[in-house]
Amino acid sequence: MFYREAGQFKTSYKADQALFPILQDRIGMAVILIIAFVVIPAFANDFFLTSIMIPFLVFALAAIGLNILTGYCGQLSLGTGAFMGVGAYAAYKLTSIFPDANVIVMVLVSGVFSAAIGAVFGLPSLRIKGLYLAVTTLAAQFFLEWCFIRIPWLYNYNASGAIEVPRREMFGFIVTGAEALPITRYFVVLCITAGIAYLMANVLRGRIGRSWMMIRDMDIAAELMGVRPLRTKLMAFAVSSYICGVAGAMMVFFWLNAAEPSSYSIRLSFQILFMVILGGLGSLGGAFMGAAFIWILPVLLKFVPGLLGIDIAAETVEHATFMIVGALIIFFLIAEPHGFARLWQIAKQKLRVWPFPY
Amino acid sequence: MRDFKQLAIGAAVAVGVGLTGVMAPAAQAQDSNYVPLLTYRTGPYAGSGIHIANGMHDYLKMLNERDGGIGGVKLELEECETGYNAQKGVECYEATKGKGALVYNPYSTGITLQLIPKASVDKIPVLSMGYGLSAAADGNVFPWVFNVPDTYWDGASVVIKYIGQQEGGLENLKGKKIGYIFLDAGYGREPIPLLEQLAEKYGFELLQYAVPGAEMQNQSSQWLNVRRDRPDYMVMWGWGAMNPTAIKEAVKIRFPMDKFIGVWWSAGDDDAAAGGDGAKGYKAMNFSGVGSDFPALADIQEHVIDAGLSSTDAASVGGTLYNRGVLNSVIIAEGIRTAQELTGKKVITGEDMRMGLEALDLDEARLEELGLKGFAHPMKVTCEDHAGSHPVFIQQWNGEKWQQASDWIEPMTDLVRPLLEAAAKEYAEKNAPWPARTEPCPN
Repeated sequence: MFYREAGQFKTSYKADQALFPILQDRIGMAVILIIAFVVIPAFANDFFLTSIMIPFLVFALAAIGLNILTGYCGQLSLGTGAFMGVGAYAAYKLTSIFPDANVIVMVLVSGVFSAAIGAVFGLPSLRIKGLYLAVTTLAAQFFLEWCFIRIPWLYNYNASGAIEVPRREMFGFIVTGAEALPITRYFVVLCITAGIAYLMANVLRGRIGRSWMMIRDMDIAAELMGVRPLRTKLMAFAVSSYICGVAGAMMVFFWLNAAEPSSYSIRLSFQILFMVILGGLGSLGGAFMGAAFIWILPVLLKFVPGLLGIDIAAETVEHATFMIVGALIIFFLIAEPHGFARLWQIAKQKLRVWPFPY
Repeated sequence: MRDFKQLAIGAAVAVGVGLTGVMAPAAQAQDSNYVPLLTYRTGPYAGSGIHIANGMHDYLKMLNERDGGIGGVKLELEECETGYNAQKGVECYEATKGKGALVYNPYSTGITLQLIPKASVDKIPVLSMGYGLSAAADGNVFPWVFNVPDTYWDGASVVIKYIGQQEGGLENLKGKKIGYIFLDAGYGREPIPLLEQLAEKYGFELLQYAVPGAEMQNQSSQWLNVRRDRPDYMVMWGWGAMNPTAIKEAVKIRFPMDKFIGVWWSAGDDDAAAGGDGAKGYKAMNFSGVGSDFPALADIQEHVIDAGLSSTDAASVGGTLYNRGVLNSVIIAEGIRTAQELTGKKVITGEDMRMGLEALDLDEARLEELGLKGFAHPMKVTCEDHAGSHPVFIQQWNGEKWQQASDWIEPMTDLVRPLLEAAAKEYAEKNAPWPARTEPCPN
């Protein structure tokens, strides 16, 4: 009843091929965008923006990147953290080499370096599959992390070994550095994430996306039908790494302000992988839902007792958070192995037939 | 199964609704001084972090219980768990800074680096006591960051000076081999530029053994190299689980323990005890009191621990790291007291706190007044020098507890200070436009 597409006739090819062919979806998306662009900036405090929304959007973008590779093209990767790191270090080097250039352009360009390195480490995917590929991407993770520690040129020979983001302005607004207002950084991150998500939504339902899915579902059949595995797989690696690289650069430029190599460790790779698996492989919406679950829920659990005035020791909250999040992950995966995206589909189906389920 | 799925959908909706609750800004009553404590009692560094956290918490709590706070105003304490993780540290910072935080003690070089640029913007000082960015000692460039009593470079120069003393003079270091084993992070790499310079100056060979953070509990390969290279002395910059592991490995290869010297963060009781009998003779630098024989610690025992207001294990009071935490809180408390005197206000702000810390003068008489005679070397902060390069002593593990093994040793200030100033200048250039100091000098 709430989600019924009956009676919505498409009278042109354009309407039929629209990104959101159903009216309810269009309304829902408009509401989400209004909340993101108007309601949150108007009402949220600094903590909500800097510790919840900005990291959430950064992680959501990284999860979209990994989802393209793992969810749509079927190539398991454990190197996401390192590819994000490549983006961050590239953006850092670019801003120190070209101090006057627009920082957002630098962040977007830094993804190109990440894409190139991702494509190189994607080469083994032509010969090996599944878990074996996970091992070679794991090698990428360790090798790149080693580079971040061992090549002082990457962090401009800082004694601390960390990269620190300098202050940069754009159209009179300070967008990076400690003085940048959370609201400015939020809008930058939101625009980049929303823009890339929109672009990818269109790529994925076009020829390129379909060829990735063919490779995922059965690579030999895809090859017989004229999809070139070399080009397709490497393109998936490159596109995925590009998005991860942009997310990594945003992570240090608009969220953390400074990063050590340990910020891009294997922990981050797993965190993103869990977001993808929990959100739903092969779903863009799932990437957002997974990121929300893995990032926002622990933060909420950590600070909610304090806000409610309940006095619990900090370490107890930390332990409890670990246990609750862990238990919920298991619960949701048992309830629906295909992740939140599938749960949302089931919910939509229920809304469609309500109040007369059959 | 269908019910299960409905439950899952319900749970997902509940999580989504819960989100909206956080958006309400937290209001704060302003009749107390709010001190957030960034601590870590979980994760791989908890072994060191718990003692520090207990020491910091207990001393401030004791002031609340015994004196009703500082200057008649209670302290409001709040711990936030960082797990030694920079991301969580920043999250804690963002969550607590709006409540009128006076000062931050990140207890992690990584978190300190993140907070340094924010400090001048949010007008909240950062007190990184004996850690963090060495260059921050230059108060003209970093008015908001304090690293009393010493920087890592001071510490490194003291180690070399002490080794020189052992060898009968710094000139005898020529041709010696000194091994440096360190946590491969900002923290462990910080002293290397100074050690390299000293190696060149005194003609000793510096051998470096990096221990990656992820593998700090497996150091056999590094110590295999140590056995091969046969250094005359070993110097360690370790933290958390790295310390006991290194000491165990040193015992295993029969390295002479009295030639193995740790930084003040490798000076925990648990660290040394892990080596068993073989660890006897292990040395470490220290700048906070040894033992629990101080009136202030007795007050902590009486007002806080016996009253059940703390999670401290009574046996750990007086341990090196516990006392380090206490000293940290003494500096916070004295900073608040000085700020109250300077401004005449009871409830102070971060800006007042900065003035208080900059005018900090913890002399012999004041330490005695606090019930901490001999607990630390008298320390003084000036507007130019936020570290002060205070003397450090060497303590030795006798198999059961730490004992002071040397007098107070002055760092090589003449060497360290120009390096600090150059590094501060470089930091400001790399992070251009770095704000110039506009804060007035209270001294």
